[in-house]
Amino acid sequence: MKSAVVVFPGSNRDRDMLHALELVTGEKPATVWHQDTELPDVDLVVLPGGFSYGDYLRCGAIAGRSPVMSEVAKMAERGRLVLGVCNGFQILTETGLLPGALMRNADLKFVCREVKLQTVNTQTPFSGAFENGQVWRCPVAHHDGNYFADADTLAQLEDGGRVVFRYAEGTNPNGSINDIAGIVNAAGNVLGMMPHPENLVEPIQGGTDGRRFFESLIQALETA
Amino acid sequence: MKARVTVTLKNGVLDPQGKAIEGALGALGFGGVGGVRQGKVFDIELEGADKEKARADLEAMCEKLLANTVIENYAIELS
Repeated sequence: MKSAVVVFPGSNRDRDMLHALELVTGEKPATVWHQDTELPDVDLVVLPGGFSYGDYLRCGAIAGRSPVMSEVAKMAERGRLVLGVCNGFQILTETGLLPGALMRNADLKFVCREVKLQTVNTQTPFSGAFENGQVWRCPVAHHDGNYFADADTLAQLEDGGRVVFRYAEGTNPNGSINDIAGIVNAAGNVLGMMPHPENLVEPIQGGTDGRRFFESLIQALETA
Repeated sequence: MKARVTVTLKNGVLDPQGKAIEGALGALGFGGVGGVRQGKVFDIELEGADKEKARADLEAMCEKLLANTVIENYAIELS
């Protein structure tokens, strides 16, 4: 699987993502600077976590208008996989590649802990290696992860099976509507999620539950 | 030309920061505060004197960057 990780000023989970991708896929991902106007020909583009542009204006707002993002949008249109984790999810909503918005956490606190996620749709390239309804451990670290969408958008997401991951067993850390932790676009090739599967892929991190997430990507690309 | 753009959360969008400020006002003894919504103000200096062009530019700025129209409304004042 060929992948690329986009680095913005203020990204800080880019190295974690590069490490996890290489560890699980066995292939070294490319890194792309936010001002680049070309992306390598890859199967997967990742927008990593962090605080791009210091979260100025709104989380992900300024990164969402950087030159590389029009290339990311083109990749998405061509059906390539696009993944946004944490700040990457915020950037995807800011650019309109995913609907809704990530608001300040309901209790106003930055949350950095482990939650449980439930995979509620395994029919996506990001979740095929999970059992349907499987609950798994995953770390979160964010201040603005409170997913919001208006009633019509929410109904489209729910009716279309576009909610892929939910916070399980009362672990919703941010007040996110319908316990939403991760969603896909209508075509199913762009996923945004607040939790960090890249931070639970080897025993030294305390567990390997996040590996399945990356294994799903490999599986999807093999069968495609 | 000076412009002021005000960005506010749409009705129905939860504003945890506004709620916290409302609570703090109550704690300071200010009674009768029925609600607080937090927003943003941008003071922008524009070159030229064409107000219609300025307004059109400001609207584009709001749509493209200053406001996230999924959750926010904006208002433009020109002086």
